[in-house]
Amino acid sequence: MFTSLSDRLSATFKNLRGKGRLSEADVDATVREIRTALLEADVALPVVRQFTATVKERALGVEVSKALNPAQQIVKIVHEELVGILGGETRRLRLAKTPPTVILLAGLQGAGKTTLAGKLALHLREAGHTPLLVAADLQRPNAVDQLSVVAERAGVAVHAPEPGNGVGDPVAVATSGIELAKAKLYDVVIVDTAGRLAIDADLMDQLKRVRDAVQPDETLLVIDAMIGQDAVQTAAAFDEAIGIDGVVLSKLDGDARGGAALSVVTVTGKPILFASVGEKLTELETFHPDRMASRILDM
Amino acid sequence: LTRDQLDQDTWDEVEETLLAADLGVGPTQELVAALQRRTRVEGVSDVAGARALLREELLALVDPTLDRSVATHVADDRPAVVLVVGVNGTGKTTTTGKLARVLVADGRSVVLGAADTFRAAASQQLQTWGDRVGARVVTGAENADPAAVAFDAVKHAVDEGADVCVIDTAGRLHTKTGLMDELGKVKRVVEKQAPVDEVLLVLDATTGQNGLRQAQVFSEVVEVTGIVLTKLDGTAKGGIVIAVQRELGVPVKLVGLGEGPDDLAPFDAEAFVDALLD
Ligand SMILES: Nc1nc2c(ncn2[C@@H]2O[C@H](COP(=O)(O)OP(=O)(O)OP(=O)(O)O)[C@@H](O)[C@H]2O)c(=O)[nH]1
Ligand SMILES: Nc1nc2c(ncn2[C@@H]2O[C@H](COP(=O)(O)OP(=O)(O)OP(=O)(O)O)[C@@H](O)[C@H]2O)c(=O)[nH]1
Ligand SMILES: [K+]
Ligand SMILES: [Mg+2]
Ligand SMILES: [Mg+2]
Repeated sequence: MFTSLSDRLSATFKNLRGKGRLSEADVDATVREIRTALLEADVALPVVRQFTATVKERALGVEVSKALNPAQQIVKIVHEELVGILGGETRRLRLAKTPPTVILLAGLQGAGKTTLAGKLALHLREAGHTPLLVAADLQRPNAVDQLSVVAERAGVAVHAPEPGNGVGDPVAVATSGIELAKAKLYDVVIVDTAGRLAIDADLMDQLKRVRDAVQPDETLLVIDAMIGQDAVQTAAAFDEAIGIDGVVLSKLDGDARGGAALSVVTVTGKPILFASVGEKLTELETFHPDRMASRILDM
Repeated sequence: LTRDQLDQDTWDEVEETLLAADLGVGPTQELVAALQRRTRVEGVSDVAGARALLREELLALVDPTLDRSVATHVADDRPAVVLVVGVNGTGKTTTTGKLARVLVADGRSVVLGAADTFRAAASQQLQTWGDRVGARVVTGAENADPAAVAFDAVKHAVDEGADVCVIDTAGRLHTKTGLMDELGKVKRVVEKQAPVDEVLLVLDATTGQNGLRQAQVFSEVVEVTGIVLTKLDGTAKGGIVIAVQRELGVPVKLVGLGEGPDDLAPFDAEAFVDALLD
């Protein structure tokens, strides 16, 4: 069903050899193909619009000589621009000067927050840290049990003073988690929160209160790589409400093209720190902008 | 659609609305072309008229006449068996719980099978739902063979003379052949006990174009009979199900509208289309 951008552009440029510079009409045709390719990769429409405008300018300068294949040249431009956006500010996890470092995880329901909590904990423990997981999702059935199992698998401690399933106050749990970390010298605190819709005003307000209580060093938005056009609304709303510092793209082990990566970075201006690539706690990778760009373009 | 007269901007707006709802480029372009044809043929020149036609075209695609009943009553002498499948985190366990709630409220006895023996605390999660809605839950040990747990659950349902057995399975990406084979086995093993009457694929409404691949592969492996479109209470429209229904002929049967036990509803074609155009 999907054709790669190179195939699309090659078809568009079949008759262009030896024509000099690309004409305005050639470029428009090019931009249409790029637009389709990005939409099929689930890049959100407003982001596609912004992106193609940038590419259009550069495409106008492309020489169509016999030696050069204009399709390949333009694919290269698109790829470069994508890498530029996705990788502009790639960076590692920021640790606080005075421990504990506090990491707050947020996102839609089922995005992969609890699993990520375990993955980060394992990763940090292996780097010599002593993380504490805080069970502040007191809503989803057995989220506290899930985080406790995950903590055990990661070989780290868990702060789970409330049973959850509707019982307990997430803000209080988060607060006591920080106190515990300070008292027992855990140097990283990872706060797992309930999944929530960006339009759920009550739950977004609760998340703000959790944030204010723990003063996170890193507020990470977890986004499912399979998400479609809704990525922009979601990312913008979470960023507006709690001010995210970075993004983690989950479930990248599937075959979703992952255009959401471009959507989220463009809308929030925040970098993607990690790619979550499986259900196992070891399946966490640093994010590679060049690989992601190739994936979005199906190359 | 805000203009009075039909012009290129109108078509662009229609296209944007459909794309933004995750319909996908192909179905969107076909719809816009069909709409342009119809407005020309029928001499419709105002935006309101075009909008009405668009609604009609979409509704025809979604097809309100399709049978969307969930096969929970198939015979008097054996339980109906429902298998719930899908990729990770879409809402399978929650849907299983909500479906049980509807059935129990209808006076039917329900057994739930916790065939997700993989994810942390998955069976406890289903047990919570069972307690909440009044359904018995059959679980296995952590990392037990999911097919064995599913078989057990159906066997219990048969022995107890229960009306319905709903089996919750582990989330799995359709690209993982080992896990998909495992799912095929769950179904085959259950069928030694009783036929599987309904296979519900749970799709998250936020899912983009990948949803079609999910539906294709799950259908190949376990013959999906219906879609449950979850998380429609959010801002996402779930337009990918139009492609799914068109390509595979599998209708959406239920929608998820929240995290609570009563947040499951029959799919309503008109409401879906209206929300999509909203
Ligand atoms: N294949 C794959 N599955 C993942 C990945 N990350 C998480 N999952 C799975 O996705 C599902 C949901 O993950 P959770 O960690 O429970 O997600 P959550 O955001 O905490 O969900 P809620 O707390 O209900 O909002 C589980 O089945 C996880 O095993 C990933 O990178 N790849
Ligand atoms: N807003 C909303 N949330 C939902 C809906 N259905 C499920 N959820 C939430 O989505 C998250 C994942 O739901 P689960 O039922 O655990 O999903 P699952 O498919 O069983 O997940 P895995 O077994 O890990 O693959 C939970 O936080 C649910 O409460 C819905 O219709 N609307
Ligand atoms: K919606
Ligand atoms: Mg969670
Ligand atoms: Mg589940």
